[in-house]
Amino acid sequence: MEVVLRVALFITCYNDTLFPETGKAVVRVLERLGHTVEFPAGQTCCGQMHYNTGYQAEAMPLVQRFVDQFRGAEAVVVPSSSCVAMMRDHYPKMAVALKNERLLAEVEGLLPRVFEFSEFLTKRLGLEDVGAYYPHRVTYHASCHGLRNLGLGDGPQRLLKAVRGIDLVEIAGLEQCCGFGGTFAVKNAEVSSAMLAEKTTAILNTKAEACTACDNSCLMHIQGALHRQRTGVRTVHLAEILAGDEGVRR
Amino acid sequence: MSGTALDPRTAPTFPMAAKAMLGDTQLRKNVRHATDVIQAKRARVVGEMPDWQELREAGRQIRQHTMEHLDFYLEEFEANCTRAGGVVHWAKDAEEARQIIVRLVKSSGADEVIKIKSMTTEEIQLNSALEAAGIHPYETDLAELIIQLGQDQPSHIVVPALHKNRQQIREIFQRTMNLPNLGERPQDLADAARMFLREKFLRVKTGVSGANFLIAETGGVCVVESEGNGRMCLTLPETLITVAGIDKVVPRFADLEVLLQLLPRSATGERMNPYNSIWTGVHERDGVFDGPKAFHVVLMDNARTEILADEEGRQTLNCIRCGACQNACPVYRQTGGHAYGSVYAGPIGAILTPQLQEMHHAQSLPYASSLCGACYEVCPVKINIPEVLIHLRNRVVKQNTAGVAGFFDVEAGAMKAMGMIFKSERRFRAAQRLGRMAETPLVRKDGQGVGWIGWLPGMLGGWTQVRDLQEMPKETFRDWWETRGKDGR
Repeated sequence: MEVVLRVALFITCYNDTLFPETGKAVVRVLERLGHTVEFPAGQTCCGQMHYNTGYQAEAMPLVQRFVDQFRGAEAVVVPSSSCVAMMRDHYPKMAVALKNERLLAEVEGLLPRVFEFSEFLTKRLGLEDVGAYYPHRVTYHASCHGLRNLGLGDGPQRLLKAVRGIDLVEIAGLEQCCGFGGTFAVKNAEVSSAMLAEKTTAILNTKAEACTACDNSCLMHIQGALHRQRTGVRTVHLAEILAGDEGVRR
Repeated sequence: MSGTALDPRTAPTFPMAAKAMLGDTQLRKNVRHATDVIQAKRARVVGEMPDWQELREAGRQIRQHTMEHLDFYLEEFEANCTRAGGVVHWAKDAEEARQIIVRLVKSSGADEVIKIKSMTTEEIQLNSALEAAGIHPYETDLAELIIQLGQDQPSHIVVPALHKNRQQIREIFQRTMNLPNLGERPQDLADAARMFLREKFLRVKTGVSGANFLIAETGGVCVVESEGNGRMCLTLPETLITVAGIDKVVPRFADLEVLLQLLPRSATGERMNPYNSIWTGVHERDGVFDGPKAFHVVLMDNARTEILADEEGRQTLNCIRCGACQNACPVYRQTGGHAYGSVYAGPIGAILTPQLQEMHHAQSLPYASSLCGACYEVCPVKINIPEVLIHLRNRVVKQNTAGVAGFFDVEAGAMKAMGMIFKSERRFRAAQRLGRMAETPLVRKDGQGVGWIGWLPGMLGGWTQVRDLQEMPKETFRDWWETRGKDGR
């Protein structure tokens, strides 16, 4: 590894609480690639849930908190497209709304160093093969925020294709929303369920053992239905697949 | 003749209405099929345009520029339309527009009118106002005719009868046109509609239209359509009355070069509309009229000025009513249009309706979206619909949490508490621990020894209707991080 980066991990509130394995996997991949990982202890949440549900006043203080925690980082890695989209699409506007020019300057200075996990690997490091081994049949779900807001393109699939032993199978309706949408899943539970039914059908049609994505939010929603229906199909964050290295480069 | 109008003031909330629609297998099949077909056609004709993104940007700039100088262009339109022999009327709201149109129809001596498909006339519920005044409106757009005869309501901006299939349309025609032996081939249905409409075109002396664009530079009005029935209504009557929202103006004739490429490709997946009509005032030579003898334009505000005043909401007015966002929307594709309780359904309806009506009547609409962004991606004038949805959600919250009532709002209380929690990592960690304790009574172990929650109380019950929730892990990431050894384990 030519360049060793000091990477600050923004785990995000729900990954911290509900999906610690994803965070561990991110650390494992980054360290395996030779980078150092830091975890600023004061981090909490990006504010997406509040902001997108209409509680913008509650989201506002989290912009300053994020900047305070991460301003010194060479790169900030976030294993969640929707949280990165929240920051990229709304933080500058929020700093303007707060009439805080210093915060705006800091946000604009920091955002180019903030990456979604797969994006960091493919765009910042220029990697596809991260030395992973995962001998399972897997389908990839493109989350809307990764697909449309971040423009991840086929980056995640290229990372997956380079994994040894993987049997990657494409899902029908790749660009269709799974119906999660944050509080949408609760406020419009019926419509969300109908959208989810389509997504799980498409997943089952691939005969995959596991469905992966760059967002545990979508996956929690998908997993909830796959488990309720006792399909035996798992969900797994992309980082956890890339962290698998059994038998390779031990 | 019209059924119960779609009116956000009386409509059930979106989740309630959606629930009913989700149970209608036939409707869902029809909506799915129609939106699939249109989306595929759109993708084909958009894909063949190498400069589509530049065109979208040009369209956005034209619309934005127009909105920034709307007062100027409206007056320019009025002056040029008047010079060409048209009469311009100004209506501040739906009620005034209805009164003006009823008065104009009556003074034309007519007790019936032929109508070109117009969402603006749906917005102001013109047909029921005409009927109340003893004037019979005949819809001449095939889909609008189906809606009118079926005593139904439009469910799509461009394809208002998209929720009906051929067999259902045949049944409506058999019943209302007294044609018990009508076949079900498309040409049978088209023949029946043609026979029904031709007689109206030749008899009725007054026409009512909407407008796709008002051209300020020339005072001309533009309507695009696929059937030619609109052209009949524009050319055969003696009196023509056009009603248009003030947002429909464009500065120059040349702007149509951009907009008439964007609109048909986005709306119906056609390179060009089969009928593009532009008419400017009245035309007379030696006492002989080419087209109507009298031409009126009703320029209607109906809350558009208020939308324009809202910096974040105003891009809503850039809409050129192509309906592409509806076809692309995964929510609309499940529920169809009627669930939105407004003539403007789908993503554009979810942002337009609450701004046109008072927010109190359409509070659930800004939430009728997963914010997936498919609408923004296809919008020919790049309206960032998710951004406006979020803006309107903020307005809803501000409305609901104002004063004493806000103190008792469960959701607002929970959100405020979460806001406090995220302001401090110490409080956040305490909340994580508390969450693990609180969920314990709800957790059931599965065969693998993994705990799952199958039932949640209150609002969260929406989650567990069809989904399980895995129990919280015993250790958070940050707990692990603090205790991990130097070997990285």
